[in-house]
Amino acid sequence: MTATDNVDGDKARRFRDAALPHLDDVFTLARYLMRNAADAEDAVQECYLRALHHFDSYRGPAMKPWLLAILKNVCVAEFARRSRQPVPAGSAEEDTPLEEVPMWQEPQASPEAELLRRFDDATIRRLVGALPQPFRETIVLREINDLSYREIADIVGAPVGTVMSRLARARAMLRTAWNAEDGS
Amino acid sequence: MTCDEAEILLHALIDGELDAGHARDVETHVAACPACAEKLRAFRAMRETMAQAPLKEAAPAHLRNRIEAALAVPAAAVSAPRQSWLASAHASLRESWKNFFGGFAVGTALSAAVAASLVIAVVRNDQNQQIASDVVSAHLRSLQAGHLTDVETSDQHTVKPWFNGKLDVAPPVIDLTAQGFTLIGGRLDYINGQPVASIVYRRRKHVINLFVGEPLGVAIRGVKDEIVQGFNIRHWNESGLDLWAVSDIDAGELDEFGQKFTAALHAPAPS
Repeated sequence: MTATDNVDGDKARRFRDAALPHLDDVFTLARYLMRNAADAEDAVQECYLRALHHFDSYRGPAMKPWLLAILKNVCVAEFARRSRQPVPAGSAEEDTPLEEVPMWQEPQASPEAELLRRFDDATIRRLVGALPQPFRETIVLREINDLSYREIADIVGAPVGTVMSRLARARAMLRTAWNAEDGS
Repeated sequence: MTCDEAEILLHALIDGELDAGHARDVETHVAACPACAEKLRAFRAMRETMAQAPLKEAAPAHLRNRIEAALAVPAAAVSAPRQSWLASAHASLRESWKNFFGGFAVGTALSAAVAASLVIAVVRNDQNQQIASDVVSAHLRSLQAGHLTDVETSDQHTVKPWFNGKLDVAPPVIDLTAQGFTLIGGRLDYINGQPVASIVYRRRKHVINLFVGEPLGVAIRGVKDEIVQGFNIRHWNESGLDLWAVSDIDAGELDEFGQKFTAALHAPAPS
């Protein structure tokens, strides 16, 4: 084994230790950004390979937002590539909730139910997945990936003020959908 | 604090992104406003529900294995993308990373200063910002067919009297043809609800609108350059007038235009 191999091996090991603990976060965001599970998995794999490639220039401070930013870029580039292809219009990211999530099936809400019923996880995921972009990614980065406004701003490439107004819109839309679900 | 402002900031309160001072402001508003209090309660409940639900999805085992296997191979061997669609991602990635690292130098905590500027951004636009965007709108309007000039001539002695009686000020109309900026006419326009003179110049194929009027917004010292919607703006005050030059020529040329205009303005009148 040459010295270069040792250096590369060490780098790969450090990268694995730092980056793999965030795999679920990266995968979750990918599921909300991409149309289907196969595309999401491809994007996640590409994200990790790209991150390893650029690990030398990584200066922190936090690994999770760095990975999520790479993932976001991979997905954006893929949508850009697809939009250059002669595919039917409107088939981009705008219209796709998570499609395998089962429909909510629970007994009718009682009249004295709280304002916000405790839906099961699948229902919440479906409601979040039905939000239009960019509100969907904003609320996923905040509520599920648990990032700060500043980190979200860096990932989506918008000022913090824009993140704040998107989050307000996202939560208002989600609340409306939530209440509609409640009444149905 | 208004309800509009609170509607945005109460989310920052829920998310723990406000400093103590602004948190208190939001809480004071909410205490006195039942509508916002109801929103705060509902959004807080929603947030708690989402926090308790295990919404994070576990990556499937086969994906984890796939990635671990790919990472175990020396970097050179995996640098070729596994799928063709991913290849196009690479070039743009390199660029965006540069910006990305730049962005992170700011730090992750929302500082008091940022929160303060947010409040300002939510409450009101800076007046000169508003005027700058008005100036660009007027410039864009002027580029539509037939809107560029009310009086079309390269003769400054025709343009200048045309403004008489239309404005409270006498705008300086200066022919800069010899300096590379051709005077093509003048127009009456409105910025921020005030009538202003627009003196129109051409540089090669590009139009420069120079808006001249009484001070429209906050007086500035020196020259302020900015870019709004891709147009360069040069803003300065002179002889009690507010001057805004806007064009799609590059900032250096627009600056040259402004300097030559000022120099000609102060040059002794030809006999």
